[in-house]
Amino acid sequence: MGHVQRHSHWEIAVKRLEGKVALVTGGTSGIGAGTVERLCAEGARVIFTGSNQAAADAVCAATGALFIRHDVTDVSAWDGLMARILEEYGRLDIAFANAGTENGDGSIESIGIEGWNTIIGVNLTGVMLTVQHAMRAMARNPEGPVGSIIVNSSMNAHRAMGNFVAYSVSKTAVLALVKSSAVHSGNRKYKIRVNAVLPGVVETAMIANLIEKSGDPAATRAAYEGLSPMGRMASVDEVAGLVAWLASDETRFCSGSEFTMDGASTAGMNGV
Amino acid sequence: MIDLGSQRLKGRVALVSGGLRGIGLACVERFLAEGAEVVLTDLEAPDTDHAAATLARLGQAASYVQANVAQEDDWAKVLSAVTERHGKLHILVNNAGIDLTGPVAETSLEGWRRIMSINVDGVFLGVRTFVPLMAASGADFRGGASIVNVSSIMGLVGMSEVSGYNASKGAVRLFTKSIALEFAEKKMPIRANSLHPGFVMTPLLQEGFQRWVDKGVAGKAQDLVDLMSSKTPIGRLADPSELASAVFFLASSDSSYMTGSELVVDGGWTAQ
Repeated sequence: MGHVQRHSHWEIAVKRLEGKVALVTGGTSGIGAGTVERLCAEGARVIFTGSNQAAADAVCAATGALFIRHDVTDVSAWDGLMARILEEYGRLDIAFANAGTENGDGSIESIGIEGWNTIIGVNLTGVMLTVQHAMRAMARNPEGPVGSIIVNSSMNAHRAMGNFVAYSVSKTAVLALVKSSAVHSGNRKYKIRVNAVLPGVVETAMIANLIEKSGDPAATRAAYEGLSPMGRMASVDEVAGLVAWLASDETRFCSGSEFTMDGASTAGMNGV
Repeated sequence: MIDLGSQRLKGRVALVSGGLRGIGLACVERFLAEGAEVVLTDLEAPDTDHAAATLARLGQAASYVQANVAQEDDWAKVLSAVTERHGKLHILVNNAGIDLTGPVAETSLEGWRRIMSINVDGVFLGVRTFVPLMAASGADFRGGASIVNVSSIMGLVGMSEVSGYNASKGAVRLFTKSIALEFAEKKMPIRANSLHPGFVMTPLLQEGFQRWVDKGVAGKAQDLVDLMSSKTPIGRLADPSELASAVFFLASSDSSYMTGSELVVDGGWTAQ
């Protein structure tokens, strides 16, 4: 966890995000850490949140981003976080609501109320708070209400898993949150866009760990890879490239949309 | 305009049908700006004033083949031209399309067959013609070769008196998912995705609006532009370059894990 790979094959010849300020929640590992790195590489000034200080230090050292310890479910800490960002940077252009968990999940028969509340708290309420505070901050940008908010959903929003009921529910629910927020922004004549990304299985350190600790790593890896007709998982930087594109002015006309990047996992009827 | 000057498609060869106008022309311009070599096709003879002026402006990296996408023989001509000039193809944008409006009871079979021949046969023939060359070229770049089929939000949601166009664009959406699955399962280095523009300021849209005016639906075309803008959460119609930036993303290595997806660029129209 917290290991940040360098990706020399990124074809970045132009810094699309120069001058922009970005917030990434859950930025100490996985897709979050990869996105922090990509946004920095494209010229953004990035603030990321999380709880793992050692992992955060590694991301900061690799990217020059700023880490602020913060839990997305801590309602009372949001005002302080945003005040600090606006004080230090004067604006917010990009927010990636990425923090998520599947800790304590189970099937509809087995899940406990504690696991359910944890997952809904982080993956749904935490995302709602992120979008809410990001939109409030972006609405006060010096040149007017402008910005791009990106929510990390999942292909499981459209293909539920039987043994991850809370995760599946939360990832579908945030799509309605994205659409409602996008329509609201339009109603207010804001130029704040809100979109969702729906990745397939991404080879994060967390997934690699799950594979390693399973009884049969080879079979577990093959099962994950087999979820995509492409026969492989996504890499973190592939999802980060999608987020960076949505963060940029390239997508000024995109709002309220779902961007699936899953190697055709949900294009057919294989099921996940 | 987005600040270009990066060369993220350097070394790639792209083919765009319907490349002399609207979204197609914007794609051609973007690809050229990113360093690609481009072959474009359209119905016009190359020596018409418009075609000649456009091709002169596009420069040496672009070449033109006069072709009707609904004609099998014309695709053979396009394949010969691409093979002779470049010997490879990395990007195929099946963009050529027409519209058809009116009550279903008054739609002629001739009109129905015409829109299907251009909007559906044209996409099928383009894909069928170039799959072997793209399969052979795909290993040149990370993410392989990329097919972008231009559907519409009318391929996602219905609209009254647009039945023929709805049917044709819906066909493009699922045709694209099927070929994406086929290429992925066969480990062919070709990705395929569909693009779903909302209302875009193109010659096709302006001509369509003028026909509504001629029918007495509105006083002038600008009234229809204003009406559509007011119904779009982002509050305006798209510029063709904003669709080209989505096609560019799909053409680039940044979308290497994206296949079988639908990219909606509609200013929030279908979110509401």
